[in-house]
Amino acid sequence: MSGLDYGALVRGAAAELVLLAAALAVLGIDRGALREAGLRVRWWVNGLVAALGCAAAAAALWLFRAEIDVGAVQGLWAVDALTRWVKWVLLGLTLLTVGLSVRATRTRQVGEYLALVLLAAVGMLVLAGAEDLLLVFVALELTSLTLYVLVGFEKERPAAVEAALKYFLFGSVAAAFTLYGMSLLYGLTGTIRLREMAVVLGAEPVGLTLWTALVMVLVGLGFKVAAAPFHLWAPDAYEAAPTPSAALVASGSKVAAFFVLAKLLMVGWPQGTGSAVPGQWVSGWAVVLAGLSVVSLLWGNLAALVQGNVRRLLAYSAVAHAGYAMLGVMANSRIGLASLLYYVATYACSAVGAFGVVSVVEAHRRGAARLEDFAGLSRHAPEVAICLMIYLLSLAGIPPLAGFFGKFYVFVAALESGRPLGVLWLVAAAILLSTVSLYYYLQVLKQAWVRAPEEVGSQRWHVPWEVRLTLWVTAGAVLVVGLFPSLVLRSLDKALTGSGF
Amino acid sequence: MLDWTIYVSFLGALVSALWPGRRASGVRWIALGTALAMVALSLQGLRQVQSNGTRWLSLVDVPWIPELGIRYHLAADGLSAVLVALTAVAAVAGVLFSWNVRERVREFFALYLLLVGAMCGVFLSFDLFLFFVFYELAIVPKYFLIAIWGSTRREYGAMKLVLYSFVGSALVLVVLLAAYVWAGARSFGWADLVGAGYPRAFQLWAFPVMFVGFGILAGLWPWHTWAPTGHVAAPTAASMLLAGVVMKLGAYGCFRVAMPMFPEGLRPWGNRLLGFGSWPEVFAVLAIAGIVWAALVALVQRDFKFVIGYSSVSHMGFVILGLMTLTEPGWQGAVLQMVSHGLIAGLLFAVVGRMVYDRVHTRELAELENLGLARRLPFAAGTFVLAGAASAGMPGFSGFMAEVHVLLGTWQVWPLWAWITGVGVLLGAAYIWRAMQRAFWGESSPDGVQVAAPGHGEPISPAERWGAVLLLVGVIGLGLFPRVVTEVVGPILHGPVFGPLQRGGLW
Repeated sequence: MSGLDYGALVRGAAAELVLLAAALAVLGIDRGALREAGLRVRWWVNGLVAALGCAAAAAALWLFRAEIDVGAVQGLWAVDALTRWVKWVLLGLTLLTVGLSVRATRTRQVGEYLALVLLAAVGMLVLAGAEDLLLVFVALELTSLTLYVLVGFEKERPAAVEAALKYFLFGSVAAAFTLYGMSLLYGLTGTIRLREMAVVLGAEPVGLTLWTALVMVLVGLGFKVAAAPFHLWAPDAYEAAPTPSAALVASGSKVAAFFVLAKLLMVGWPQGTGSAVPGQWVSGWAVVLAGLSVVSLLWGNLAALVQGNVRRLLAYSAVAHAGYAMLGVMANSRIGLASLLYYVATYACSAVGAFGVVSVVEAHRRGAARLEDFAGLSRHAPEVAICLMIYLLSLAGIPPLAGFFGKFYVFVAALESGRPLGVLWLVAAAILLSTVSLYYYLQVLKQAWVRAPEEVGSQRWHVPWEVRLTLWVTAGAVLVVGLFPSLVLRSLDKALTGSGF
Repeated sequence: MLDWTIYVSFLGALVSALWPGRRASGVRWIALGTALAMVALSLQGLRQVQSNGTRWLSLVDVPWIPELGIRYHLAADGLSAVLVALTAVAAVAGVLFSWNVRERVREFFALYLLLVGAMCGVFLSFDLFLFFVFYELAIVPKYFLIAIWGSTRREYGAMKLVLYSFVGSALVLVVLLAAYVWAGARSFGWADLVGAGYPRAFQLWAFPVMFVGFGILAGLWPWHTWAPTGHVAAPTAASMLLAGVVMKLGAYGCFRVAMPMFPEGLRPWGNRLLGFGSWPEVFAVLAIAGIVWAALVALVQRDFKFVIGYSSVSHMGFVILGLMTLTEPGWQGAVLQMVSHGLIAGLLFAVVGRMVYDRVHTRELAELENLGLARRLPFAAGTFVLAGAASAGMPGFSGFMAEVHVLLGTWQVWPLWAWITGVGVLLGAAYIWRAMQRAFWGESSPDGVQVAAPGHGEPISPAERWGAVLLLVGVIGLGLFPRVVTEVVGPILHGPVFGPLQRGGLW
């Protein structure tokens, strides 16, 4: 690392540093100036600081976008248009999470909570930028550790503690796998830089060691994206976590993890795709992903059918969605990466929104989010019910919402890659399983729109403005981006070109 | 101007949704105005299309998602214009027959107009991505219309209907994606995908998958079971629209998309499997099975509305059969049957669901028998006699013309099967007559005690009269002057796309 230009490094990591500063500022303000203030004031002031931190980080990305001098950090740290695009999405999602936190979190430790959210965001940003195995691992751990705490933040509730513990135990095992896989990769190639690794690995036939390393790394990342069969933590974590934490786990962490998964495979070993075409199996990572995808689609969709709790239902649906997103990675092409990013970004929007609705319902139903608790939502809070309909139909893949085009785009990418129509079997399975998903999403919407409210005299619910804003922003995004996908595709296209894909 | 039917109905839906809650009843007038405007637009469009000849009339064509070559392309030819006109007329009738909806009126009409607009969109899309978007957009309003305002087992019926539709559209999507990627031209344009020339092996599996996908929505036997349960559970206006127009979406998809895209799928396989030599034979047999089976089932129903529900399946069988004959009379008959059944099913459901059920609150034929409805609701009885006659294929009504055309087409290709279909027609007369007899002219109960109808029923309202008259004019007009449809559609059937599909040497 001789001749490292620290100036370039700082400029390249400006957004992360700004967020870090914001996290410290939140802690300091909460413990210092606001020590005696009321809970409401503390939430407001700190929430505002955190939001400003996100905005400033986004601005910092914009300011240092002209950073050309990547030589100093080459191979370690990507400072390119695509990374910036992903980071903006991550910052946006963090901002939405902060918006939900202000009312939906039942805790007195305001500063710690928001600081952890921001630290998780730092971890995700680093993850998005990392091009070095060690850095990837460190960022994964930073994100995971903060998320463990965020999930178990309401530590007086046994369920939350149990969920956090489960998440933590699974997570550490998965991390161990990843680290071992990475060490094998280092042993095989003699480097931890992704781009150098690509050169060394080349079109080398997949030996047993390489295969083991690949599978081990994928176990760890499969855990992060909640792909079956590594998803066992997800339902519990989604159920017991404070709503904003669950939203962050479901949105930001997923986007970052999928991006790094795609990057590891597409940058680190572009020629090792293999082929998942029936009758012409060639071992490679596409085969592993195809397996993960099928299992996730089946398990997620079928398990979601029998859930009585909306949070758990969302968790299993997230497993299924990981299966769809895998298809984009499998394509190993420019359009595949574009479709993956479109898919996870719009999915994250719907997920944050859906958890926003869950928080509204829980606030009025003594903290429960069973299916029955959604009964009569269209009477109590028509706006919220409309937003819920937009999110869930988007998740089910009904046009003209973003979820539909996302799926469609991923399918096109998967079908076009390699031998055209080679993975038609997988795409057909994915499409047919999405009909299953419509059933369980409609179960929720049935409660919200069809069933009458339980109590007589349906009074309107009060929905705080910042929650409303979050809901409308996400619902609007899902609708507009679904109607005009080109808005996103154009910027993605530019970013991909700018990053050499 | 035809594309404005879509915009007008979406606008109507938006206005209905945002209408102030205190004067909710005004929403009906909004809906009626919207539907009438659609009729005017569609009639004007029909004339335009007629003067345009065989070529389609492009309405809008702008890039939508250029990255994937998807365009916002709306166009119209005779076939689409006729079906849009049917949609508009059915929409007006539906609004008139839901004048008595009291609960959540605004949402009802918003969803109703959303469904109507989406259906017009399907008929007018000439970019298949856009087509699919409208096709799926039509699914969701159906669920809520049935589940919220429906009757008998509404949540079950709604879910079943929606899932069947969604499975059907999933099959369509699989084939559409495969065809798009195979063609590799980065275009979803109908003309591009139709002219792409897929390999024979591809077409031989793609055609049946897509045909079944669309066929599910058209009530193709044995995937028809969603139709009776869904239509029975639906509120009157929704059953009118579902049976009248939504099932036509499926048939239209079969004809517009599946058949021209995969012409090789229509040709003989070259060998015989279980006695079948080609996909048209397979589907024709399924269609005939549907005609006869559904008619037999309708014959033994105890619920008045189920009789009508199964009759829809039986009648849609004629559409599929007509398409599969690959002859011009068969196709003319199929299109005529689409329009004719759209009107007749509307009438029948209106009589059963609105005129009878909303007044006496029962649909059990055994109970209706004792009520002497013919004397108490003479208008309903009269309407049902006319609609029933049309449904049974009485000469002079639209149903006759359509079924005769289909039978002619079948006779040319499969003379023996035409006889079986003829039996289906007779059964059609039988179940309608049985239902009519029992519902309206039933004997009083043997002990001579007249069961007083609950609620005593208000008289038939002007809105109902107008709705019935509108549909009856259509049914009789089409029966006397089928040229109204055949002349508009005719040029397309021997045009450059559909012409070569005819009589593809089935043997």
